[in-house]
Amino acid sequence: MKQDVIARGAAHSSIIHDSAEKHVTGQADYTDDLTLPEGTLHAYLGLSTVAHGRISRMDLDAVRKASGVHLVLTADDIPGVNDISPNGLHDDPVFAFPEVQFHGQPIFAVIAETRDQARRACKLAKLDYEELPFALDAMAARDAGMGYVTKPLTLSRGDMAALDAAPRRLDGRLTVGGQEHFYLESQIALAIPGEDDEVVLHTSTQHPTEVQHMVAHVLHVPANAVVVNVRRMGGGFGGKETQMNLFCCVAALAAKRLKRAVKLRPDRDDDFAITGKRHDFVIDYDVGYDDTGRIHAVSGDFYARCGFSADLSGPVTDRALFHADNAYYYPAVELRSHPMKTNTCSNTAFRGFGGPQGVIMAERVVEDIAYALGRDPLEIRKLNLYENGQLTPYHQEVEDQILPRIFEELEASSDYHARRQAVLDFNARAKSMGGTIRKGIALTPVKFGISFTATWFNQAGALIHIYSDGSVHLNHGGTEMGQGLNTKVAQVVAEALGIDIARIRITRTTTEKVPNTSATAASSGSDLNGMAALDACRQLTQRLTAFAAEAKGLTPDDIQIGETVRMGGEDMPFADFIKTAYIARIQLSAAGFYKTPKIHWNRETGRGRPFYYYAYGAACAEVSVDTLTGEYVIERADVLHDVGRSLNPALDKGQVEGAFVQGTGWLTTEELWWDKQGRLRTHAPSTYKIPLASDRPKIFNVDLADWSVNRENTIKRSKAVGEPPFMLGISVFQALNMAVASFNGYRANPRIDAPATPERVLMAIEALR
Amino acid sequence: MGGTIRFLLNDTEISLTEAGSRDTLLDFLRLNRRLTGTKEGCAEGDCGACTVLVGRLHHGRLHYEPINACIRFLASCHGCHVVTVEHLRGPQGLHPVQAAMVEHHGSQCGFCTPGFVMALYGLWMQNPRPDMLAVETALQGNLCRCTGYEPIVKAAFAASQAGGQNFDALTVERDRVTAWLADLPRQRVTVSRGDDRAILPADAADLAQVLAENPKATIVAGATDVGLWVTKFLRDISPAVFIGHLQDLKHIQITPGQISIGAGVTYSEFEPFILQHFPEALDYWRRIGGWQVRNAGTIGGNVANGSPIGETPPLLIALGATMTLCSAAGTRDIAVEDFFIDYGKQDRRPGEFVQAIHVPLRGDARIAAYKVSKRHHADITASAAAFHIETDGATITDARVAFGGMAATPKRAANAEAALRGQPFSAETFEAAAHAVANDFTPLSDWRASAEYRQTLAANFFRRFWLEQSGQDHRLRRVE
Repeated sequence: MKQDVIARGAAHSSIIHDSAEKHVTGQADYTDDLTLPEGTLHAYLGLSTVAHGRISRMDLDAVRKASGVHLVLTADDIPGVNDISPNGLHDDPVFAFPEVQFHGQPIFAVIAETRDQARRACKLAKLDYEELPFALDAMAARDAGMGYVTKPLTLSRGDMAALDAAPRRLDGRLTVGGQEHFYLESQIALAIPGEDDEVVLHTSTQHPTEVQHMVAHVLHVPANAVVVNVRRMGGGFGGKETQMNLFCCVAALAAKRLKRAVKLRPDRDDDFAITGKRHDFVIDYDVGYDDTGRIHAVSGDFYARCGFSADLSGPVTDRALFHADNAYYYPAVELRSHPMKTNTCSNTAFRGFGGPQGVIMAERVVEDIAYALGRDPLEIRKLNLYENGQLTPYHQEVEDQILPRIFEELEASSDYHARRQAVLDFNARAKSMGGTIRKGIALTPVKFGISFTATWFNQAGALIHIYSDGSVHLNHGGTEMGQGLNTKVAQVVAEALGIDIARIRITRTTTEKVPNTSATAASSGSDLNGMAALDACRQLTQRLTAFAAEAKGLTPDDIQIGETVRMGGEDMPFADFIKTAYIARIQLSAAGFYKTPKIHWNRETGRGRPFYYYAYGAACAEVSVDTLTGEYVIERADVLHDVGRSLNPALDKGQVEGAFVQGTGWLTTEELWWDKQGRLRTHAPSTYKIPLASDRPKIFNVDLADWSVNRENTIKRSKAVGEPPFMLGISVFQALNMAVASFNGYRANPRIDAPATPERVLMAIEALR
Repeated sequence: MGGTIRFLLNDTEISLTEAGSRDTLLDFLRLNRRLTGTKEGCAEGDCGACTVLVGRLHHGRLHYEPINACIRFLASCHGCHVVTVEHLRGPQGLHPVQAAMVEHHGSQCGFCTPGFVMALYGLWMQNPRPDMLAVETALQGNLCRCTGYEPIVKAAFAASQAGGQNFDALTVERDRVTAWLADLPRQRVTVSRGDDRAILPADAADLAQVLAENPKATIVAGATDVGLWVTKFLRDISPAVFIGHLQDLKHIQITPGQISIGAGVTYSEFEPFILQHFPEALDYWRRIGGWQVRNAGTIGGNVANGSPIGETPPLLIALGATMTLCSAAGTRDIAVEDFFIDYGKQDRRPGEFVQAIHVPLRGDARIAAYKVSKRHHADITASAAAFHIETDGATITDARVAFGGMAATPKRAANAEAALRGQPFSAETFEAAAHAVANDFTPLSDWRASAEYRQTLAANFFRRFWLEQSGQDHRLRRVE
């Protein structure tokens, strides 16, 4: 049934984020802003001060006696299992004892009248350790024989004899740094005890269902006793997919023991120390190619610093392999992951989920080839792009390739070729005149697979109530972390019901309304929850249409639900119609469900179709480098990105811009630095530098490929947007390499490691001078 | 003892008879007043999520500036007007800054947003027609992890287009607030909670008296460093003596050949004088912290603190500045470079405070100040250098080159200076100095920079100075 009136706020319109006015007025409540129940206590965590050791003495007497302290919790106080491993490997304790495995690992918790008291009391603990050998990074772990935290993966396809047979050959090592999420709102949990074994949590997690299960396991109660609520997060980026489990479990444990509400919010420094980050990788690659620049074979070993436990390192390192081809066809390929155990925080999900680390290897490889052949890297990129029908290293057929058109349009809109020549001319002039500034330009693509590789996560639910006054209450299993998911799903509902979006109230995500949800992750939020909401809308419109047709003696085709309900020649306001339906005892609530079709993946054989579809994009970035200091400026970035038929172009553009800048941060100034004792010394914004407004591209042109339509039947033919554009920041990284390569006449890729801090850039220049 | 901390919070008069020295403004706002629009992002003044405006009388004129509430001590709000995001929304609805942020999709997760709104509000009030440099400078102290900043910058310009300053609540209230603040008696205020004491002297003479009575007191000016002692290291600072309000430490006096800077002058207050007298150092000056930090932090505090990575000491040392230390016993003057004895050790005696800093004004010297950090703005120095070179045209008659980040204290480069002094003013001379500076310092490797990088930068600063002086392409600028 076609609507002839487009509802205000319907899909594809650029309406504002549903919380925008609350954000700017300070009225949007985050967990730390909630009004606390009377008698709420505050918890704080006591952390390990060694990277690896066995606790030989733990004297907490002074802690217990400190002012305001009610309770101290250790591993002994856990009624259920002392484990919050999200993967069943039982390697992730709430409280470490007797062995501690990284500097900053939680050992105990203090619950006191105030947060300040709890925090100060933690400092009074007297712990002695028998210190044990430790390894901090992936290569040290390999040398020390630390082993894997989880089972590695090999992807292979084609005959690897092609590597030796290729006319040309190169190999190299790429070290690519990790990244701290730096969500502006740190981890936080508020637990409110209920009767019997019940507990309610208010928190900031991307995965309420997992928190529910973890709390249940730790408390040794059934999942139905635990309710987890999330209104909104102050940023997530993957850092709140599993990492909130710890904080929720501690708060819930304390709340049940004391029968009082308990809040736990670590200081930013402790948040940095405790929680996992993007995995850093050391990647060894070996490539066979020919004189034209065509790749024949690629072999790659991906060593990841996973930290002390597996957490999500399995799927993260898998995804690094899945994206080690980026957009390029490798006729023969063998890729091996090495998820190394290290004595550091347990690295976790972060926007792109290992994908960026795979993509950057592919981009390094094409640049290596281009420099070796004296060609524009863009030519090598275009030469090796997938054609539909070709197989990825995991044997999925590429069917939706649109990069040639994206390249063509971006080359034109960014004036790439003329500007590359201008950059070459500028550098030649600088070389002859002794100028201190050098420039670089690069145009790089992304192809990103959309779906959870754990196939069963690709399901979602939604719950829609229409109250008898015609107001609509929308709930789904996804969580809002700023990406505008709630707005987008409400747009889907507004359009499906033909009603004004103002009629729809989007409420907090809660395990009470939609059960067994997946994490809001893998860019899947709108794809999954939008479809589930649409399913609920279908049920409601079917019921309401059937009711109206029967009541008026019409056929369903004569009925149109909307702000004005049309029944043959008769019009009725939505609210009045709903009232009539209620009186007629029509069910005005529906639960929707969705599961992604077509996908399957067999990790044992390394074959399948793990991804429903691919999202594509490309960016052209130009940089200027100060060759006396290594500092740089992004002069201009042009982005053309594919979100299919956008559900909300304004919100999607915001995702693309934000992802691009976050991606450049990963590859430029964001550097994680552990000292020799294993203590993270870049532990807060004073020492860990994410981009500022004055670091964004000076000229920043971002366009959506508005002609793109998802060939798969996704929600309104849109595509996922959260992660893919993150990898467009690689264009900046490659442009920096080009500026440095001007010192060797572009004869070899200078191969700067990531992040390309001013120091790495200057030292690369100094090495070539 | 006894006393009352009095200030205005939005439209409410606050009187506190009990407060500890460590109480922060942010905790007071969030926990005590339940004004939860102001967020805690980092508790160290580096993310801006807690940005509020603080209005205070400066030479009788009411002046509002964004500051970080997380490292602003509550007691130091005495005599101020604290304005939070909750005060912006008027009966007509959204403030122009808020409306622009909504319209341009300037918020995503929204957690940093109130802080951005307040920084943009401060800019909108102070500079109704900002250019790109002004907008980016105003946003140096605010981190956003979601948007990539483009829509926020667009909102800043849209808000300036919208105008409306004359009808703004703070403009309308200006006379009433000014009168209220001016009416507060100038007298010593002491408040406490248990043994924890916060003291606000009446004036500089009273400060000397307070320090004579409490020689171990912690002197707190802008608290941009002391704030972290409390929020990060949980240190006790009691008794704390707050001096940021003392008008007689805020004088800037220009006499022939010298500019004297009261120790309580903030970086922002001194910025116009940098522009006028040392324009070569303006870019350097704007790389000190973010805007909120420059509005709170003081030059005197930056020197007194003794940090080897403070920005002002290299510049002051190169310029040949002296300083006046004051106590109840009297005053004494020393060269700024002699103040720094060793790491964490300065020539400040018990009961003394830094009263003023005196910078010679010599019109003919060639001056430069350079800083490199991992991130260009709001980052701590990896290496910094300031140059003060005098020539008689062809020959270098005097050279003072001071470095930060290269040693345990801010320090002059004796070998490099010797390589310059008496030599021809030429590329070769500066190249020689670039080599000589390698013998001046043995820098550390840490998370900010390796020793090798610091050494390379130190040498390149001499090359840069020559390029700059000889009118050649010498550095990268984001905004021309």
